[in-house]
Order: sequence, then C-alpha cells, then structure tokens
Amino acid sequence: MFELTKIVYKDILRFDELTIEKGKVSILTGESGSGKTTLLKLLNHMITPDEGTVLYNGEDVKALNPVLHRRNVVMLQQMPAIFPGTVKDNLIAGLAFSEKTVPADAELEEALHTVYLKKPLETKAGGLSGGEKQRLALARVLLMDAEAYLLDEPSSALDDETADEVISSFLNKAKKKHKTVVMVTHSKRIAAHYADVNILLKEINQKKRGQSHEG
Amino acid sequence: MKDKIIDITLWQLLSAYLFIVILTVIVRWRGIAREKEIVIGTLRMTIQLVLAGYVLTYLFKHPHPVLTVLILALMEAFAVYNVFKRIKHELSAELRKVVAVSMIAGTLISLLLFNYVVIQFTPWYEPRYVIPIAGMIIGNAMTGVSLGVNHLVEGMEKQKDLIEAALMLGASPKAASKELVDRAFDSAILPTINSMVGMGIVFLPGMMTGQILSGISPVTAIEYQIAIMLGIAGSVAFSVIIFAQYGYRTFFNERAQLK
Repeated sequence: MFELTKIVYKDILRFDELTIEKGKVSILTGESGSGKTTLLKLLNHMITPDEGTVLYNGEDVKALNPVLHRRNVVMLQQMPAIFPGTVKDNLIAGLAFSEKTVPADAELEEALHTVYLKKPLETKAGGLSGGEKQRLALARVLLMDAEAYLLDEPSSALDDETADEVISSFLNKAKKKHKTVVMVTHSKRIAAHYADVNILLKEINQKKRGQSHEG
Repeated sequence: MKDKIIDITLWQLLSAYLFIVILTVIVRWRGIAREKEIVIGTLRMTIQLVLAGYVLTYLFKHPHPVLTVLILALMEAFAVYNVFKRIKHELSAELRKVVAVSMIAGTLISLLLFNYVVIQFTPWYEPRYVIPIAGMIIGNAMTGVSLGVNHLVEGMEKQKDLIEAALMLGASPKAASKELVDRAFDSAILPTINSMVGMGIVFLPGMMTGQILSGISPVTAIEYQIAIMLGIAGSVAFSVIIFAQYGYRTFFNERAQLK
C-alpha cells in the first residue's frame, strides 16, 4: 500500500526502502526521538520528504490531493486532540471535516463500545480523563472508515489491561474490514501480540548516530 | 456667547497641562515607572497636533487632488506600520502583505462609499471632508485589524495541535481554521459594536463634541456622527473580513500542511 524509497527528512529520517503492506497491521517501534511520528506524517502527507518518494497504491503522494488523501489515510495523534463540545461532537468531527454522512447515534455508541468507553454521547468531552480522551479519539478515527489508519501510540495513556482490550477490539474491527493499520507503540507486549509486520526504525534508519530529535 | 466658540488663549491651553502634572505626581507617588512614557506621549501629542494643524491649514487653503491622495497614502502607510508595531508576535512576510492589502482595500471601499454615496461632496478631493473622514475610518480599521491579527496569530500558535488534528481527520485548511477565523473576526468587530451601544449615553464621541463646540447644531452633528459610526463599522468589517479570509491561508502551504 505504501512504498517509500530513498527517503531523507531533515536529519531525522534517512532510509533506502520501506514497504507497508495492504490489509496488515504493521507495528513501528523505536526509541523516543527516532522519527516514528515523522514517518507516520510522511504517509498521510502532513509533511513532504526533502528527498525520495512516498507511493500510495502506486501513486506518488505528492501528486494526490492532500486533503482527500488524509480522508483515506487517517492519523491519530499521540496527544489526542479534543474539540470543544460533547462526546458526540468529537465523534462526528472527523466525518464532518471529511464531508461524510454522520451515522445514527446507535452506530456512534457502538464505536464507543469498541474502545470500551462507557460515556453518554452528551457528556462534555473536556471533562474526560486522559485515557478516556485517547479512547474517544480512537473511536473518532474508527468511525471514519478509512482505507488506512495511522495510530501514534494510541494506548499510551491506558493501563496494560485496558490497552489490551481497546487495541485488540480496534484491530479486530479493522482486520474484519481488511483495513491497513500502521501503529507506533512503546509496548513490546502489544507489538508481540498484534503485529503482522514489525518495523524497527533503528534498523532501517541511517541517520547519523548521536542525533536525536523529537518527531 | 450663543453659537460662538471661546478662543482658548495660550495660557488657558497651558493650564490644561496641569492634568499631566497631576498624572505624573500620581505615578511617582505609586512608584509606577511610567514618567518617561507620559512625558514622551504628551510631547509627541503636542508636536504632532501642532504640525497637523499647520498641514491641514495649508491643505484647506490650497486643495489639490495630488495632495489629498498623498495624505491618504501616508495615512494608510502609517496605519499599516502601526498594526505591525502593535502585534506582539512575529509576522511572516506573507501575513504582513495580507495585513497591508486588507487595510488598504477595506478602508478604500468604505471611504469611496462614504464620501461619494453618503455625504456626496464636490470636488471629490475636498480635503476638509476627505482627510478627517479618512482619519476616522482608517484609524478604526487599524484597531480592528490589530485585534484580528493578534487573535489569529495567537490562536494558530496555541491551537496548533487542534488544527493539525483536524487536518489529519481530512479537514481542508479552511475547515480546520474556520472556528479560529470566526473568533478573530468577532474579536475585531466587537469593540466597534460595543462603542455603538454606548454612544450618546455613556459618552459623546469626539467628532460630535468638536462640531458642537465649534457652533454646529447638535442635530447636524448627530447626523454626521451616525453616518460616520456606520462608515466605521463598515470599514472595520471590510478590512477584517478581507484579512481573515486571506490571513489564515498564510499558515498553510499549497499541500495543505502547516508551515
């Protein structure tokens, strides 16, 4: 689905080749500052590499409409962004931004159920805990029914048990619909459990040693 | 005394500086280090107004289209420069361009409408009308645009994560920044709306007070004041909406990425 060749991005990323397969769960691991988030942002064209090409289904990402591309390749940030308003407002935010039809409340509640968030739709989203916000943001991207999901540490604010439940439930849904998932995680346990493909950034990244950047 | 203005003598005028002496004493007593600014402010106000008085006297005696246009251009340039100075944040060259264009376009549209549809004076360059009206219209647009720019730039910095999240959810830059742009517009026009609400009750505006003092009937003064307030509201709205519509775009590149 994604083919990256001869990539250089600032002094954060430098590698020759990386392929991300369609319909698989690829788990990306690496130390902090090793460029994991940067790599995800190359895939949804939030950033453009200084050198090299990113192909999506055989097409150069640069040639695609970036806004439409991001509707197919949805990304969840590490720090979940919560918009002003209720849980429902936040659940439908992605659909509204991408001009898709908003489903009935029952479907929204099912998305909350998938991420084990038991909150009424009318709850003010600002009052949720960090872990609840993270699950709400995850339910929001799930509802968008994209072709690929880029998840940046989606369980960092959850305890191990909840993280397991939420991630496995999300990935089951995604796999059933043959979606592609690229997930960044620090958790070796999650990587071992759920990865179809493991990508170790340390092994592919050829940036100079000693350089470390958050990104 | 009726319909005749009291000519203020030099000594009478000097006695008004007593207010500044009192102000200086107060800040010194309270230990607020502002004496220097007060003195500079008072001096600048005095010198600038005296010079403006001479310039206006000359212009009114020798009206000429080139001179009127030149003064308008100077006012616009000074207003744009002042917006840049008032902003606490660093502005990109692109955003500066948008500020200048929105200020000039917004105020010129309002000025043309106000002068040649509402007041309808001839000749079109009559400095006695053009200059004071332009002063009020450009000055208020300057305040509005400054507020709008501050709000937009600050919002773009503080809410970068939310805007980035919206882009990642497939929003266009326009949709991602809509709420912020609307709030910047609102914050810019709110003072003008508030001043209209209080007008005539809470305070009598300067232009009207000046006209009444110089012997014009309050009814005529009020007609002018109503017209100019509407013109000001229009110019603030025009300038700020042009700024808001183009300003947010400078934060994104052509690939809908945050710069």
